[in-house]
Amino acid sequence: MSQYYNRGLIEDFGRWREFSAGMWAWVFHKFTGWVLVGYLFTHIAVLSTALQSPDAYTTTIQSLESLLLVRILEVGLLSVAVFHILNGLRLLFIDLGVGLESQDKSFYASLILTGAIAVASVPTFLAGVFG
Amino acid sequence: MAERYSSFEVGGRRWLWQRITAAFLVVVLAFHFFLLHFVNHADEVTFAMSQARMQELTYFSLMILFLLTATFHGVNGVYNALINQGLTGTRKTAAKVVLSVASLVVIVQGVRTALAWAGGVPL
Ligand code: HEM
Ligand code: HEM
Repeated sequence: MSQYYNRGLIEDFGRWREFSAGMWAWVFHKFTGWVLVGYLFTHIAVLSTALQSPDAYTTTIQSLESLLLVRILEVGLLSVAVFHILNGLRLLFIDLGVGLESQDKSFYASLILTGAIAVASVPTFLAGVFG
Repeated sequence: MAERYSSFEVGGRRWLWQRITAAFLVVVLAFHFFLLHFVNHADEVTFAMSQARMQELTYFSLMILFLLTATFHGVNGVYNALINQGLTGTRKTAAKVVLSVASLVVIVQGVRTALAWAGGVPL
């Protein structure tokens, strides 16, 4: 049978000061999920310039990638995606009953790992933009 | 504590599919980032390079599968979140219709783009 903690209503965002680790994880997972779908739609829109002509595609991508803002947004996207993946894995395991008791620790681990991966990716993601 | 804490309908299969697609996406999304940022660099993407990748049947089918699972997972996630907020009746039906149409548009557009790169199904 399913087990759960009595955490009160999380939909009550006004209570955020009382949120426990698992509740933050829920909020972050939502937020990152929504950003990812938003990106997916944008991504396909940008890529579909390939339908006009090969040149339109190449020019669109290269001019977007030459903008510092786009590069910074990409680091943001990576962080969002990494968190959603790691926390998603955490959720999959918890659903299987693995690690329910240490769910707060695995949330902190997801956060720290996300931060580390995001920082480590900065040089690669910004490469060439200042040239 | 009789309340049930889930974004999904009782007995629904959406919950399971959300997890099945998630397990698949872990691998593909990580691969996608790795390939397009670390192996190749995002600012060096050209039509010719996308074309070269997409002409491989394995890569082509992986990308189509990626498109389908990501769209399903993302849109299903949004739909379940809306149900979780207590959407019912006409509003629920409307959300379902809007989200289905949106998914269809991305999938059609994504497949057409994939075909444009590959110049047809790369068989
Ligand atoms: C890469 C691996 C991924 C994993 C492991 C993963 C895992 C999960 C899991 C387990 C849930 C369900 C949470 C719940 O039941 O409350 C979920 C929700 C969601 N995911 Fe993912 N996901 C991944 C990728 C993606 C991608 C690529 C997108 C966008 C296209 C996305 C968008 C969403 C959205 C919108 C939700 C619903 C969030 C909400 O409750 O509001 N995910 N994810
Ligand atoms: C900033 C990071 C990203 C970059 C630079 C990037 C780049 C690309 C490029 C260049 C392609 C064309 C195929 C190729 O050349 O191999 C592509 C395809 C694709 N990408 Fe991404 N991508 C990124 C992130 C994402 C994310 C986060 C998702 C999921 C939400 C995603 C989903 C897809 C899908 C589904 C396709 C296939 C499209 C189709 O078949 O029409 N990408 N990406």
